[in-house]
Amino acid sequence: MTALLSAVDVQRFYRRGGIFRRGERLHVLKGATLEIGRGKAVGLVGRSGCGKSTLGRILLGLERPDWGSVFFKGKDISAKDGGEFAKFRKSVQVVFQNVQGSVNPRMTAGEIIGEPLRNFFGISKREAVERSRPLLEQVGLKGSDADKFPPHFSGGELQRVCIARALAPEPEVIVFDEAVSSLDMVVQARVLELVQKIRDERGLAFLFISHDLRVVAGLCDEVALMDGGVIAARERSVATLAKTGGATIARMLESLPPAGPGERAFR
Amino acid sequence: MSTALLQKNTVRLSLVLLVIVGAVAVFAPWLGLPDPEEVNLAEKLAPSGPGHLLGTDHLGRDVLARLVFGARTSIGSVFAILLLIALFSTLAGSVAGFVGGAVDSVIMRICDIFLTFPTLILAMFFVGILGTGLTNVILAIFLTHWAWYARIVRGIALSLKSREYILAAKVAGTRGFSLVARHILPAMAPQVLVLATLDIGHMMLHVAGLSFLGLGVQPPMPEWGVMIGDARQFIWTEPQLMLYPGLAIFIVVMAFNLLGDGLRDALDRSGMLEERVR
Ligand SMILES: Nc1ncnc2c1ncn2[C@@H]1O[C@H](COP(=O)(O)OP(=O)(O)OP(=O)(O)O)[C@@H](O)[C@H]1O
Ligand SMILES: [Mg+2]
Repeated sequence: MTALLSAVDVQRFYRRGGIFRRGERLHVLKGATLEIGRGKAVGLVGRSGCGKSTLGRILLGLERPDWGSVFFKGKDISAKDGGEFAKFRKSVQVVFQNVQGSVNPRMTAGEIIGEPLRNFFGISKREAVERSRPLLEQVGLKGSDADKFPPHFSGGELQRVCIARALAPEPEVIVFDEAVSSLDMVVQARVLELVQKIRDERGLAFLFISHDLRVVAGLCDEVALMDGGVIAARERSVATLAKTGGATIARMLESLPPAGPGERAFR
Repeated sequence: MSTALLQKNTVRLSLVLLVIVGAVAVFAPWLGLPDPEEVNLAEKLAPSGPGHLLGTDHLGRDVLARLVFGARTSIGSVFAILLLIALFSTLAGSVAGFVGGAVDSVIMRICDIFLTFPTLILAMFFVGILGTGLTNVILAIFLTHWAWYARIVRGIALSLKSREYILAAKVAGTRGFSLVARHILPAMAPQVLVLATLDIGHMMLHVAGLSFLGLGVQPPMPEWGVMIGDARQFIWTEPQLMLYPGLAIFIVVMAFNLLGDGLRDALDRSGMLEERVR
Protein backbone atom coordinates (compact mmCIF):
# COMPACT_ATOMS: atom_id res chain seq x y z
CA MET A 1 0.00 0.00 0.00
CA THR A 2 1.35 3.43 -0.87
CA ALA A 3 1.88 5.89 1.90
CA LEU A 4 -0.44 8.86 2.19
CA LEU A 5 2.34 11.42 2.06
CA SER A 6 5.99 10.76 1.47
CA ALA A 7 9.24 12.52 0.70
CA VAL A 8 11.61 10.44 -1.37
CA ASP A 9 15.33 11.17 -1.50
CA VAL A 10 14.75 14.86 -0.96
CA GLN A 11 17.66 17.28 -1.16
CA ARG A 12 17.58 20.95 -0.44
CA PHE A 13 20.22 23.66 -0.73
CA TYR A 14 20.03 27.20 0.50
CA ARG A 15 22.23 29.75 -1.11
CA ARG A 16 22.89 33.32 -0.31
CA GLY A 17 23.74 36.10 -2.75
CA GLY A 18 22.62 36.53 -6.33
CA ILE A 19 24.17 36.88 -9.76
CA PHE A 20 26.85 39.32 -8.64
CA ARG A 21 27.79 37.69 -5.38
CA ARG A 22 28.74 34.06 -5.15
CA GLY A 23 27.32 32.99 -1.83
CA GLU A 24 28.13 29.87 0.09
CA ARG A 25 25.81 26.94 -0.35
CA LEU A 26 24.19 25.27 2.59
CA HIS A 27 23.32 21.63 1.97
CA VAL A 28 20.50 21.14 4.45
CA LEU A 29 18.77 17.98 3.25
CA LYS A 30 20.95 15.32 1.69
CA GLY A 31 18.50 12.75 0.50
CA ALA A 32 15.85 12.47 3.19
CA THR A 33 13.13 9.85 2.83
CA LEU A 34 10.10 9.84 5.08
CA GLU A 35 6.69 8.22 4.79
CA ILE A 36 3.52 9.02 6.60
CA GLY A 37 0.93 6.28 6.42
CA ARG A 38 -2.81 6.83 6.57
CA GLY A 39 -3.90 7.61 10.12
CA LYS A 40 -0.39 7.26 11.48
CA ALA A 41 1.28 9.65 13.88
CA VAL A 42 4.91 10.03 12.95
CA GLY A 43 7.34 11.92 15.17
CA LEU A 44 10.31 13.66 13.62
CA VAL A 45 13.12 14.47 16.00
CA GLY A 46 16.64 15.78 15.54
CA ARG A 47 18.97 18.46 16.69
CA SER A 48 18.12 22.12 16.24
CA GLY A 49 18.97 23.39 12.78
CA CYS A 50 19.25 19.95 11.21
CA GLY A 51 16.49 20.60 8.68
CA LYS A 52 13.30 19.27 10.24
CA SER A 53 11.27 22.36 9.45
CA THR A 54 12.71 22.43 5.96
CA LEU A 55 11.49 18.89 5.36
CA GLY A 56 8.15 19.92 6.82
CA ARG A 57 7.83 22.85 4.40
CA ILE A 58 8.74 20.60 1.50
CA LEU A 59 6.14 18.01 2.52
CA LEU A 60 3.61 20.84 2.69
CA GLY A 61 4.45 21.89 -0.85
CA LEU A 62 5.60 25.32 0.35
CA GLU A 63 9.10 24.79 -1.00
CA ARG A 64 10.29 22.69 -3.88
CA PRO A 65 13.04 20.19 -3.25
CA ASP A 66 16.18 20.68 -5.35
CA TRP A 67 16.28 16.95 -5.84
CA GLY A 68 13.83 14.16 -5.09
CA SER A 69 10.05 14.30 -4.90
CA VAL A 70 7.08 14.50 -2.63
CA PHE A 71 4.28 12.02 -3.25
CA PHE A 72 0.71 12.41 -2.12
CA LYS A 73 -1.41 9.29 -2.56
CA GLY A 74 1.19 7.89 -4.89
CA LYS A 75 1.44 10.90 -7.14
CA ASP A 76 4.25 13.45 -7.39
CA ILE A 77 2.82 16.76 -6.17
CA SER A 78 4.86 18.77 -8.66
CA ALA A 79 3.18 16.82 -11.47
CA LYS A 80 -0.34 17.45 -10.23
CA ASP A 81 -2.61 19.72 -12.24
CA GLY A 82 -4.61 22.57 -10.71
CA GLY A 83 -7.55 20.54 -9.44
CA GLU A 84 -5.40 17.75 -8.04
CA PHE A 85 -3.08 20.20 -6.39
CA ALA A 86 -6.03 21.92 -4.74
CA LYS A 87 -7.02 18.52 -3.30
CA PHE A 88 -3.51 18.04 -1.96
CA ARG A 89 -3.52 21.59 -0.58
CA LYS A 90 -6.77 20.95 1.24
CA SER A 91 -5.63 17.59 2.62
CA VAL A 92 -2.26 18.57 4.06
CA GLN A 93 -2.44 21.24 6.73
CA VAL A 94 -0.01 22.76 9.22
CA VAL A 95 0.34 24.14 12.74
CA PHE A 96 3.49 26.18 13.39
CA GLN A 97 5.52 26.80 16.52
CA ASN A 98 5.46 30.57 16.52
CA VAL A 99 1.89 31.03 17.63
CA GLN A 100 1.68 34.82 17.41
CA GLY A 101 3.50 34.82 14.07
CA SER A 102 1.28 32.29 12.37
CA VAL A 103 -1.85 34.41 12.41
CA ASN A 104 -2.45 37.67 10.60
CA PRO A 105 -2.79 40.22 13.42
CA ARG A 106 -5.35 42.15 11.38
CA MET A 107 -7.85 39.31 11.18
CA THR A 108 -10.29 37.98 13.77
CA ALA A 109 -10.16 34.35 14.86
CA GLY A 110 -13.25 33.71 12.76
CA GLU A 111 -11.62 35.16 9.66
CA ILE A 112 -8.44 33.19 10.35
CA ILE A 113 -10.30 29.90 10.62
CA GLY A 114 -12.63 30.96 7.83
CA GLU A 115 -9.79 31.47 5.37
CA PRO A 116 -9.40 27.80 4.35
CA LEU A 117 -13.19 27.42 4.40
CA ARG A 118 -13.59 30.27 1.92
CA ASN A 119 -10.83 28.98 -0.30
CA PHE A 120 -11.69 25.30 -0.32
CA PHE A 121 -15.46 25.36 -0.08
CA GLY A 122 -16.10 28.56 -2.02
CA ILE A 123 -18.30 30.14 0.62
CA SER A 124 -18.67 33.80 1.55
CA LYS A 125 -16.60 35.40 4.29
CA ARG A 126 -19.65 35.82 6.47
CA GLU A 127 -20.65 32.19 6.14
CA ALA A 128 -17.06 31.12 6.78
CA VAL A 129 -16.99 33.08 10.04
CA GLU A 130 -20.26 31.41 11.12
CA ARG A 131 -18.84 28.01 10.32
CA SER A 132 -15.72 28.77 12.35
CA ARG A 133 -17.76 28.87 15.56
CA PRO A 134 -18.40 25.13 15.92
CA LEU A 135 -14.73 24.56 15.07
CA LEU A 136 -13.71 26.87 17.88
CA GLU A 137 -15.90 24.86 20.25
CA GLN A 138 -14.27 21.65 19.09
CA VAL A 139 -10.86 22.92 20.11
CA GLY A 140 -12.14 24.01 23.50
CA LEU A 141 -12.81 27.69 22.89
CA LYS A 142 -16.09 29.59 22.72
CA GLY A 143 -18.02 30.24 19.53
CA SER A 144 -18.08 33.94 20.40
CA ASP A 145 -14.27 33.98 20.33
CA ALA A 146 -14.57 34.15 16.54
CA ASP A 147 -14.91 37.91 16.82
CA LYS A 148 -11.74 38.42 18.84
CA PHE A 149 -8.38 39.51 17.43
CA PRO A 150 -5.17 37.53 18.07
CA PRO A 151 -3.72 39.82 20.78
CA HIS A 152 -6.75 39.03 22.94
CA PHE A 153 -5.92 35.32 23.11
CA SER A 154 -3.30 33.64 25.29
CA GLY A 155 -0.62 31.57 23.60
CA GLY A 156 -2.40 28.30 24.27
CA GLU A 157 -5.74 29.65 23.08
CA LEU A 158 -4.17 31.02 19.94
CA GLN A 159 -2.57 27.66 19.22
CA ARG A 160 -6.07 26.17 19.49
CA VAL A 161 -7.22 28.72 16.90
CA CYS A 162 -4.41 27.54 14.64
CA ILE A 163 -5.41 23.92 15.21
CA ALA A 164 -8.98 24.81 14.33
CA ARG A 165 -7.75 26.45 11.14
CA ALA A 166 -5.82 23.31 10.26
CA LEU A 167 -8.89 21.17 10.95
CA ALA A 168 -11.26 23.40 8.99
CA PRO A 169 -10.66 21.99 5.50
CA GLU A 170 -11.07 18.42 6.82
CA PRO A 171 -7.52 17.38 6.00
CA GLU A 172 -5.95 13.95 6.03
CA VAL A 173 -2.56 14.97 7.39
CA ILE A 174 -1.51 17.74 9.73
CA VAL A 175 2.12 18.77 10.15
CA PHE A 176 2.81 20.08 13.65
CA ASP A 177 6.12 21.94 13.52
CA GLU A 178 7.17 22.33 17.16
CA ALA A 179 3.55 23.17 17.73
CA VAL A 180 3.71 23.06 21.51
CA SER A 181 7.32 24.09 22.09
CA SER A 182 6.55 27.72 22.77
CA LEU A 183 3.88 26.91 25.37
CA ASP A 184 4.46 26.30 29.07
CA MET A 185 4.20 22.75 30.44
CA VAL A 186 0.62 22.88 31.66
CA VAL A 187 -0.74 24.48 28.49
CA GLN A 188 1.41 22.14 26.45
CA ALA A 189 -0.17 19.12 28.14
CA ARG A 190 -3.68 20.44 27.46
CA VAL A 191 -2.97 21.16 23.81
CA LEU A 192 -1.45 17.69 23.44
CA GLU A 193 -4.56 16.22 25.03
CA LEU A 194 -6.60 18.03 22.39
CA VAL A 195 -4.37 16.74 19.63
CA GLN A 196 -4.78 13.19 20.95
CA LYS A 197 -8.54 13.63 21.11
CA ILE A 198 -8.70 14.89 17.53
CA ARG A 199 -6.69 11.89 16.47
CA ASP A 200 -8.98 9.45 18.20
CA GLU A 201 -12.04 11.09 16.71
CA ARG A 202 -10.92 11.68 13.17
CA GLY A 203 -8.19 9.17 12.47
CA LEU A 204 -5.97 11.85 10.97
CA ALA A 205 -2.33 11.27 10.14
CA PHE A 206 0.20 13.49 11.88
CA LEU A 207 3.76 14.53 11.37
CA PHE A 208 4.88 15.75 14.74
CA ILE A 209 8.15 17.68 14.48
CA SER A 210 9.74 18.28 17.85
CA HIS A 211 13.01 18.29 19.65
CA ASP A 212 11.25 17.27 22.84
CA LEU A 213 11.41 13.49 22.84
CA ARG A 214 8.82 13.23 25.59
CA VAL A 215 6.16 14.90 23.51
CA VAL A 216 6.85 12.58 20.64
CA ALA A 217 7.02 9.51 22.85
CA GLY A 218 3.56 10.06 24.26
CA LEU A 219 1.85 10.75 20.97
CA CYS A 220 3.43 8.96 18.07
CA ASP A 221 3.21 5.51 16.50
CA GLU A 222 6.59 5.85 14.86
CA VAL A 223 9.61 8.04 15.43
CA ALA A 224 12.09 9.17 12.81
CA LEU A 225 15.46 10.64 13.72
CA MET A 226 16.98 13.20 11.42
CA ASP A 227 20.73 13.55 11.46
CA GLY A 228 23.23 14.83 8.92
CA GLY A 229 20.52 15.79 6.45
CA VAL A 230 18.97 12.35 6.21
CA ILE A 231 16.54 10.25 8.19
CA ALA A 232 19.11 8.30 10.16
CA ALA A 233 16.81 5.95 12.00
CA ARG A 234 13.19 5.04 12.20
CA GLU A 235 11.62 3.07 15.01
CA ARG A 236 8.32 2.12 16.58
CA SER A 237 9.01 4.12 19.71
CA VAL A 238 11.45 6.52 21.30
CA ALA A 239 12.61 3.69 23.57
CA THR A 240 13.81 1.56 20.66
CA LEU A 241 15.25 4.61 19.00
CA ALA A 242 17.25 5.26 22.15
CA LYS A 243 18.84 1.83 21.78
CA THR A 244 19.58 2.05 18.07
CA GLY A 245 19.97 5.76 17.40
CA GLY A 246 23.59 6.02 18.50
CA ALA A 247 25.35 9.16 19.63
CA THR A 248 22.88 11.77 18.40
CA ILE A 249 19.91 10.36 20.22
CA ALA A 250 22.01 9.82 23.33
CA ARG A 251 22.93 13.50 23.29
CA MET A 252 19.31 14.46 22.81
CA LEU A 253 18.28 12.32 25.75
CA GLU A 254 20.94 13.90 27.91
CA SER A 255 19.99 17.42 26.99
CA LEU A 256 16.36 16.89 27.96
CA PRO A 257 14.98 19.13 30.66
CA PRO A 258 14.66 17.41 34.07
CA ALA A 259 12.22 14.59 34.63
CA GLY A 260 8.83 14.87 33.08
CA PRO A 261 6.03 12.43 32.47
CA GLY A 262 7.01 9.51 30.32
CA GLU A 263 10.72 10.10 30.46
CA ARG A 264 11.50 7.01 32.52
CA ALA A 265 9.64 4.92 30.02
CA PHE A 266 12.39 5.09 27.44
CA ARG A 267 15.54 5.81 29.34
CA MET B 1 -5.43 52.95 16.56
CA SER B 2 -7.15 56.21 15.75
CA THR B 3 -7.80 57.00 19.41
CA ALA B 4 -4.19 56.28 20.33
CA LEU B 5 -3.12 58.62 17.56
CA LEU B 6 -5.26 61.47 18.76
CA GLN B 7 -4.04 61.27 22.35
CA LYS B 8 -1.01 63.40 21.60
CA ASN B 9 -1.53 67.16 21.56
CA THR B 10 1.13 67.75 18.94
CA VAL B 11 -0.57 65.27 16.64
CA ARG B 12 -3.95 66.88 17.19
CA LEU B 13 -2.54 70.35 16.57
CA SER B 14 -0.74 69.31 13.39
CA LEU B 15 -3.83 67.51 12.12
CA VAL B 16 -5.96 70.61 12.67
CA LEU B 17 -3.37 72.76 10.92
CA LEU B 18 -3.08 70.41 7.98
CA VAL B 19 -6.83 70.08 7.60
CA ILE B 20 -7.11 73.89 7.50
CA VAL B 21 -4.23 74.24 5.02
CA GLY B 22 -5.60 71.39 2.92
CA ALA B 23 -9.12 72.84 2.87
CA VAL B 24 -7.83 76.30 1.97
CA ALA B 25 -5.72 74.83 -0.81
CA VAL B 26 -8.58 72.77 -2.21
CA PHE B 27 -11.14 75.56 -2.08
CA ALA B 28 -8.76 78.37 -3.05
CA PRO B 29 -10.65 79.42 -6.21
CA TRP B 30 -13.88 79.91 -4.25
CA LEU B 31 -12.47 81.99 -1.40
CA GLY B 32 -13.04 85.30 -3.21
CA LEU B 33 -9.34 86.11 -3.32
CA PRO B 34 -7.83 88.31 -6.02
CA ASP B 35 -6.17 86.62 -8.99
CA PRO B 36 -2.73 85.52 -7.74
CA GLU B 37 -1.13 86.11 -11.11
CA GLU B 38 -2.63 89.52 -11.85
CA VAL B 39 0.11 92.14 -12.14
CA ASN B 40 -0.72 95.66 -11.01
CA LEU B 41 2.37 97.83 -10.94
CA ALA B 42 0.42 100.77 -9.58
CA GLU B 43 -0.01 98.90 -6.30
CA LYS B 44 3.38 97.27 -6.02
CA LEU B 45 4.85 96.56 -2.59
CA ALA B 46 1.69 97.78 -0.91
CA PRO B 47 1.51 97.26 2.86
CA SER B 48 -1.17 95.14 4.51
CA GLY B 49 -4.54 96.75 4.22
CA PRO B 50 -8.20 96.10 3.57
CA GLY B 51 -7.71 95.42 -0.17
CA HIS B 52 -4.67 93.20 0.31
CA LEU B 53 -4.66 91.54 3.73
CA LEU B 54 -0.96 90.69 3.52
CA GLY B 55 -0.03 93.41 1.08
CA THR B 56 1.35 92.96 -2.44
CA ASP B 57 4.67 91.90 -3.94
CA HIS B 58 7.02 93.72 -6.31
CA LEU B 59 4.59 93.25 -9.22
CA GLY B 60 1.56 94.31 -7.22
CA ARG B 61 0.20 90.76 -6.89
CA ASP B 62 -1.79 89.90 -3.78
CA VAL B 63 0.50 88.05 -1.35
CA LEU B 64 -2.30 86.21 0.47
CA ALA B 65 -3.72 84.94 -2.82
CA ARG B 66 -0.28 83.78 -3.90
CA LEU B 67 0.27 82.01 -0.59
CA VAL B 68 -3.07 80.22 -0.82
CA PHE B 69 -2.65 79.19 -4.44
CA GLY B 70 0.97 78.34 -3.70
CA ALA B 71 -0.26 75.82 -1.16
CA ARG B 72 -2.10 74.08 -3.97
CA THR B 73 1.08 73.80 -6.00
CA SER B 74 3.31 72.69 -3.12
CA ILE B 75 0.99 70.17 -1.54
CA GLY B 76 -0.38 68.94 -4.85
CA SER B 77 3.05 68.26 -6.29
CA VAL B 78 4.18 66.45 -3.14
CA PHE B 79 1.16 64.17 -3.26
CA ALA B 80 1.77 63.50 -6.93
CA ILE B 81 5.34 62.48 -6.10
CA LEU B 82 4.20 60.28 -3.24
CA LEU B 83 1.60 58.59 -5.40
CA LEU B 84 4.20 57.81 -8.05
CA ILE B 85 6.59 56.50 -5.42
CA ALA B 86 3.94 54.49 -3.59
CA LEU B 87 2.96 52.72 -6.79
CA PHE B 88 6.35 52.25 -8.38
CA SER B 89 8.54 51.59 -5.36
CA THR B 90 6.07 49.21 -3.79
CA LEU B 91 5.98 47.26 -7.01
CA ALA B 92 9.75 47.25 -7.55
CA GLY B 93 10.53 46.47 -3.91
CA SER B 94 7.97 43.69 -3.62
CA VAL B 95 9.11 42.06 -6.83
CA ALA B 96 12.73 42.21 -5.65
CA GLY B 97 11.87 40.80 -2.25
CA PHE B 98 9.41 38.10 -3.24
CA VAL B 99 11.00 36.92 -6.47
CA GLY B 100 14.55 37.15 -5.18
CA GLY B 101 17.58 35.74 -6.95
CA ALA B 102 18.87 37.52 -10.04
CA VAL B 103 15.81 39.79 -10.32
CA ASP B 104 16.45 41.00 -6.79
CA SER B 105 20.14 41.62 -7.50
CA VAL B 106 19.42 43.63 -10.63
CA ILE B 107 16.77 45.82 -8.99
CA MET B 108 18.95 46.39 -5.96
CA ARG B 109 22.01 47.38 -7.99
CA ILE B 110 19.87 49.89 -9.89
CA CYS B 111 18.72 51.25 -6.55
CA ASP B 112 22.33 51.50 -5.39
CA ILE B 113 23.18 53.62 -8.40
CA PHE B 114 20.34 56.02 -7.65
CA LEU B 115 21.23 56.11 -3.97
CA THR B 116 24.89 56.94 -4.57
CA PHE B 117 24.22 60.58 -5.44
CA PRO B 118 22.95 63.24 -3.07
CA THR B 119 19.28 63.71 -3.90
CA LEU B 120 19.40 67.44 -4.54
CA ILE B 121 22.33 67.16 -6.95
CA LEU B 122 20.69 64.28 -8.75
CA ALA B 123 17.40 66.17 -8.94
CA MET B 124 19.20 69.18 -10.41
CA PHE B 125 20.83 66.86 -12.91
CA PHE B 126 17.45 65.44 -13.97
CA VAL B 127 15.91 68.91 -14.21
CA GLY B 128 18.87 69.85 -16.36
CA ILE B 129 18.06 67.00 -18.72
CA LEU B 130 14.27 67.20 -18.62
CA GLY B 131 14.02 70.99 -18.50
CA THR B 132 12.47 73.23 -15.87
CA GLY B 133 8.82 73.24 -14.87
CA LEU B 134 6.61 71.65 -12.26
CA THR B 135 6.07 68.32 -14.03
CA ASN B 136 9.78 67.83 -14.46
CA VAL B 137 10.46 68.71 -10.84
CA ILE B 138 7.91 66.10 -9.81
CA LEU B 139 9.59 63.56 -12.07
CA ALA B 140 13.07 64.50 -10.87
CA ILE B 141 12.17 64.16 -7.21
CA PHE B 142 10.40 60.88 -7.92
CA LEU B 143 13.51 59.60 -9.72
CA THR B 144 15.76 60.58 -6.87
CA HIS B 145 13.60 59.08 -4.13
CA TRP B 146 12.00 55.92 -5.46
CA ALA B 147 15.09 53.76 -4.80
CA TRP B 148 15.07 54.53 -1.12
CA TYR B 149 11.46 53.40 -0.77
CA ALA B 150 11.99 50.39 -2.99
CA ARG B 151 14.76 49.25 -0.64
CA ILE B 152 12.57 49.55 2.38
CA VAL B 153 9.66 47.79 0.72
CA ARG B 154 12.03 45.01 -0.31
CA GLY B 155 13.09 44.64 3.31
CA ILE B 156 9.46 44.38 4.37
CA ALA B 157 8.79 41.86 1.58
CA LEU B 158 11.74 39.74 2.65
CA SER B 159 10.58 39.65 6.22
CA LEU B 160 7.02 38.88 5.15
CA LYS B 161 8.02 36.14 2.75
CA SER B 162 9.02 33.68 5.44
CA ARG B 163 6.51 34.98 7.99
CA GLU B 164 4.54 32.01 9.25
CA TYR B 165 1.17 33.57 8.66
CA ILE B 166 1.95 34.01 4.99
CA LEU B 167 2.96 30.35 4.82
CA ALA B 168 -0.14 29.39 6.78
CA ALA B 169 -2.30 31.40 4.39
CA LYS B 170 -0.76 29.56 1.46
CA VAL B 171 -1.49 26.25 3.14
CA ALA B 172 -5.03 27.51 3.69
CA GLY B 173 -5.28 27.81 -0.08
CA THR B 174 -4.90 31.58 -0.51
CA ARG B 175 -2.95 32.41 -3.66
CA GLY B 176 -2.06 35.18 -6.07
CA PHE B 177 -4.08 38.34 -5.84
CA SER B 178 -5.98 37.30 -2.70
CA LEU B 179 -2.71 36.65 -0.91
CA VAL B 180 -1.47 40.12 -1.83
CA ALA B 181 -4.74 41.86 -1.02
CA ARG B 182 -5.48 40.02 2.23
CA HIS B 183 -2.06 39.58 3.75
CA ILE B 184 0.76 41.37 2.01
CA LEU B 185 -0.49 44.87 1.22
CA PRO B 186 -2.20 45.33 4.60
CA ALA B 187 1.11 44.52 6.26
CA MET B 188 3.08 46.87 4.03
CA ALA B 189 0.67 49.78 3.86
CA PRO B 190 1.05 51.14 7.40
CA GLN B 191 4.82 51.13 7.18
CA VAL B 192 4.90 52.80 3.77
CA LEU B 193 2.31 55.31 5.01
CA VAL B 194 4.43 56.27 7.99
CA LEU B 195 7.54 56.66 5.88
CA ALA B 196 5.67 58.75 3.35
CA THR B 197 4.22 61.04 6.01
CA LEU B 198 7.64 61.52 7.56
CA ASP B 199 9.00 62.35 4.12
CA ILE B 200 6.33 64.81 2.95
CA GLY B 201 8.06 67.73 4.62
CA HIS B 202 11.38 66.81 3.12
CA MET B 203 9.85 66.61 -0.35
CA MET B 204 8.08 69.95 0.01
CA LEU B 205 11.45 71.47 0.81
CA HIS B 206 12.83 69.85 -2.32
CA VAL B 207 10.11 71.28 -4.54
CA ALA B 208 10.49 74.70 -2.93
CA GLY B 209 14.28 74.49 -3.11
CA LEU B 210 14.35 73.69 -6.81
CA SER B 211 11.79 76.41 -7.52
CA PHE B 212 13.78 78.87 -5.46
CA LEU B 213 16.80 78.10 -7.63
CA GLY B 214 14.66 78.82 -10.67
CA LEU B 215 14.65 75.20 -11.78
CA GLY B 216 11.15 74.30 -10.74
CA VAL B 217 7.87 76.10 -10.90
CA GLN B 218 8.16 79.01 -13.30
CA PRO B 219 6.78 82.48 -12.64
CA PRO B 220 4.11 83.73 -12.68
CA MET B 221 2.69 80.50 -11.22
CA PRO B 222 2.42 80.89 -7.45
CA GLU B 223 4.60 78.58 -5.37
CA TRP B 224 6.26 79.12 -1.98
CA GLY B 225 9.80 78.55 -3.18
CA VAL B 226 9.26 80.92 -6.11
CA MET B 227 7.84 83.52 -3.73
CA ILE B 228 10.95 83.33 -1.56
CA GLY B 229 13.10 83.57 -4.66
CA ASP B 230 11.21 86.66 -5.83
CA ALA B 231 11.47 88.25 -2.39
CA ARG B 232 15.25 87.94 -2.24
CA GLN B 233 15.90 91.37 -3.66
CA PHE B 234 13.66 93.01 -1.06
CA ILE B 235 14.97 91.16 1.97
CA TRP B 236 16.07 94.38 3.70
CA THR B 237 13.25 96.67 2.67
CA GLU B 238 10.27 94.31 2.64
CA PRO B 239 11.27 91.34 4.83
CA GLN B 240 7.66 90.22 5.26
CA LEU B 241 7.61 89.09 1.60
CA MET B 242 10.09 86.41 2.51
CA LEU B 243 8.67 85.79 5.95
CA TYR B 244 5.17 84.73 4.82
CA PRO B 245 6.10 81.93 2.42
CA GLY B 246 8.96 80.90 4.74
CA LEU B 247 6.56 80.59 7.63
CA ALA B 248 4.10 78.69 5.47
CA ILE B 249 6.74 76.13 4.52
CA PHE B 250 7.98 75.88 8.09
CA ILE B 251 4.54 75.29 9.57
CA VAL B 252 3.38 72.75 7.01
CA VAL B 253 6.65 70.80 7.01
CA MET B 254 6.67 70.69 10.78
CA ALA B 255 3.04 69.63 10.92
CA PHE B 256 3.68 66.73 8.55
CA ASN B 257 6.72 65.63 10.53
CA LEU B 258 4.84 65.69 13.81
CA LEU B 259 1.98 63.80 12.24
CA GLY B 260 4.39 61.20 10.88
CA ASP B 261 5.99 60.75 14.28
CA GLY B 262 2.62 60.39 15.95
CA LEU B 263 1.42 57.98 13.30
CA ARG B 264 4.50 55.84 13.74
CA ASP B 265 4.15 55.72 17.50
CA ALA B 266 0.45 54.93 17.33
CA LEU B 267 0.89 52.17 14.77
CA ASP B 268 3.86 50.84 16.66
CA ARG B 269 1.90 50.61 19.88
CA SER B 270 -1.05 48.96 18.16
CA GLY B 271 1.27 46.33 16.70
CA MET B 272 0.47 47.32 13.14
CA LEU B 273 4.06 48.15 12.37
CA GLU B 274 5.64 44.75 12.25
CA GLU B 275 9.06 46.26 11.77
CA ARG B 276 10.00 49.51 13.41
CA VAL B 277 10.67 52.00 10.66
CA ARG B 278 13.50 54.50 11.00
N1 LIG C 1 15.02 30.16 3.76
C1 LIG C 1 16.25 29.81 4.18
N2 LIG C 1 17.34 30.40 3.65
C2 LIG C 1 18.59 30.06 4.05
N3 LIG C 1 18.85 29.14 4.99
C3 LIG C 1 17.80 28.51 5.57
C4 LIG C 1 16.46 28.81 5.20
N4 LIG C 1 15.64 28.04 5.94
C5 LIG C 1 16.43 27.29 6.73
N5 LIG C 1 17.72 27.55 6.52
C6 LIG C 1 18.85 26.90 7.18
O1 LIG C 1 18.67 25.51 7.06
C7 LIG C 1 19.04 24.85 8.26
C8 LIG C 1 17.90 23.97 8.71
O2 LIG C 1 16.83 24.78 9.17
P1 LIG C 1 15.49 24.19 9.76
O3 LIG C 1 14.67 25.35 10.19
O4 LIG C 1 14.90 23.27 8.79
O5 LIG C 1 16.02 23.39 11.02
P2 LIG C 1 15.18 22.68 12.18
O6 LIG C 1 15.67 21.30 12.28
O7 LIG C 1 13.74 22.89 11.99
O8 LIG C 1 15.67 23.46 13.46
P3 LIG C 1 14.85 23.83 14.80
O9 LIG C 1 14.80 22.60 15.62
O10 LIG C 1 15.72 24.90 15.42
O11 LIG C 1 13.52 24.32 14.38
C9 LIG C 1 19.44 25.91 9.24
O12 LIG C 1 20.85 25.95 9.30
C10 LIG C 1 18.88 27.18 8.66
O13 LIG C 1 19.72 28.25 8.96
MG1 LIG D 1 12.24 24.02 13.01
